[in-house]
Amino acid sequence: MIDAPAIRTQELTKRYGSINALAGLTMTIPRGDIFGFLGPNGAGKTTAVKLLLGLTPPTSGHAEVLGAPIGDRDALRRVGYLPELFRYQSWLTAREVLALHCELAGIDRAAWQREIEDALAVVGLSDRGSGRIGTFSKGMQQRLGLGVALLGAPDLVVLDEPTSALDPVGRHDVREIIRALGERGTTVFLNSHLLSEVEQVCHRVAIVDHGRVVAQGTLDELLGGDTVRIRATGLDRAAKMSLARGGRLDDEGDWLVIRGIDGERVPEIVAEIVRLGGQVYAVEPRHESLEDRFLRLLGQPN
Amino acid sequence: MLALTIARLQLQELLRRRLFLVLLLLTVVVITLTTWGFSRIPSLGDSRGRPMTAVEIAAIASQFLILVMFMFSFVLAFSAVFAASPAISAEVESGITLAMLARPITRLEYVVGKWLGLIATVLIYAIPAATVQMVLVQIVVGYSAPHPIEFLAFVIGEAIVLVTLSLLLSTRFAGMVGGVSGLILWGLAWMGGIVGGIGLVFENATLTHVGTASKLILPTDGLWRGAVWSLEPASLIAASRAAGAAAAANPFFAADPPPSAYVAWCVIWITGMLGLAVWSFMRKEL
Repeated sequence: MIDAPAIRTQELTKRYGSINALAGLTMTIPRGDIFGFLGPNGAGKTTAVKLLLGLTPPTSGHAEVLGAPIGDRDALRRVGYLPELFRYQSWLTAREVLALHCELAGIDRAAWQREIEDALAVVGLSDRGSGRIGTFSKGMQQRLGLGVALLGAPDLVVLDEPTSALDPVGRHDVREIIRALGERGTTVFLNSHLLSEVEQVCHRVAIVDHGRVVAQGTLDELLGGDTVRIRATGLDRAAKMSLARGGRLDDEGDWLVIRGIDGERVPEIVAEIVRLGGQVYAVEPRHESLEDRFLRLLGQPN
Repeated sequence: MLALTIARLQLQELLRRRLFLVLLLLTVVVITLTTWGFSRIPSLGDSRGRPMTAVEIAAIASQFLILVMFMFSFVLAFSAVFAASPAISAEVESGITLAMLARPITRLEYVVGKWLGLIATVLIYAIPAATVQMVLVQIVVGYSAPHPIEFLAFVIGEAIVLVTLSLLLSTRFAGMVGGVSGLILWGLAWMGGIVGGIGLVFENATLTHVGTASKLILPTDGLWRGAVWSLEPASLIAASRAAGAAAAANPFFAADPPPSAYVAWCVIWITGMLGLAVWSFMRKEL
């Protein structure tokens, strides 16, 4: 099933009593993608991750990970996972935690030493490998968790809020690690509410809210070019509609908002308004960030 | 078999924690003090001007040994409950299970591994501690327990019952809840045994049934009686038999070993509870 997508879900739902944690998640993540799974706190992101890893059973729906049904042992051998809220065994050393996960993941014993040292080096913990976890800061634990998720060069790496405890340097390091994974062809499922982070590393994103995907696609599809706000008078409805061409127009009275256009076309649009007999008072071009789009999708004031 | 990986990890955890070291040190202190106490038994006859007979020494030494071993079984029960109660729940709370169970390991392997690791810890502590105590008693007063192997089997069996019960509770409750519940149940079973004995003395069927039921529901006291029996000299059993049913209510006396059907029931009980723990954890939402 080497051609199967990394993740495919079909109407995946999870209910906890009367709470609908995930309400019909349908998505497909191709191999080699760096996929951002975005949503506000409590949107169902972590629930989705737990379902995909077989940690909790779905209420209904179907999902496949690396071409196998969720929870499949062979598939799990090729998945690396960094949970969101976790602590490793405080009485183990970093190297022992990595060795334990080498063992659990079924990695050939002869390769452990190299895997462990590589993982420590990648996450910048080489000099703390013999330190007890109990003495580690939260950020160091998160770095170690990332190292654990990278053991055995998995085909799919699932990172649940990987930078929540990290300082700016740590965040930068994590972004570099994710990019390197992408270059190696590893699929990365990045669960995050840090929009700038997702924007910087992901090819594709899905935005979830209240357990439902409200938008998904490539960043370009989702952000769909630039936006311009123009204050103009003297245009009738038909004239306004003719301006949209290729973009989407929101008519806010004197203000026109045109989304999803190439920023180079702004002077052309202004000229068109003048040609149609309109008076232009203000032009505010801007690039829509993921944050704008995110807030707009969730219905929050921008 | 990944269950063995989990077992090794559990054993490693308990041995590395300070609790085990403290338990070990205290055990050494207790064994030293009790051995000194045992060594004083033969001199008890000095005050009355004639030396103790061998039967008298055996009677006193065996009773003293039973009391010491009751304390030992109490410490073992306590430690078993407090080691097993958080074994799963604490790892669920800290998120360790999220990281571990996303690996290709089944929940059956995880629970059985925990159980094996806890049992290994019980064996590592109980066998040397009890053996050293019995050997020292033999050296200083010349009293050797008639059935030392059976004693170890019964007292370790009691600890295994408690480990299994606590592990089952640990799949659903926080460590403290499981620990307190486990100890209360253990205490109730002990008292149930006494109530059953009183029923025998007064030929009261209801009380006798309470005792029997408690021995079946939680077989700790039934196994403890087996441990008591293995420490008693034949002369003491004969004398108590002569006293009639009155001895039955004494929690530190047993005229007979538990019947083999009861031992078989204990094995079924432990297997069933372990199965229940696996079932419960398989249904646990992480």
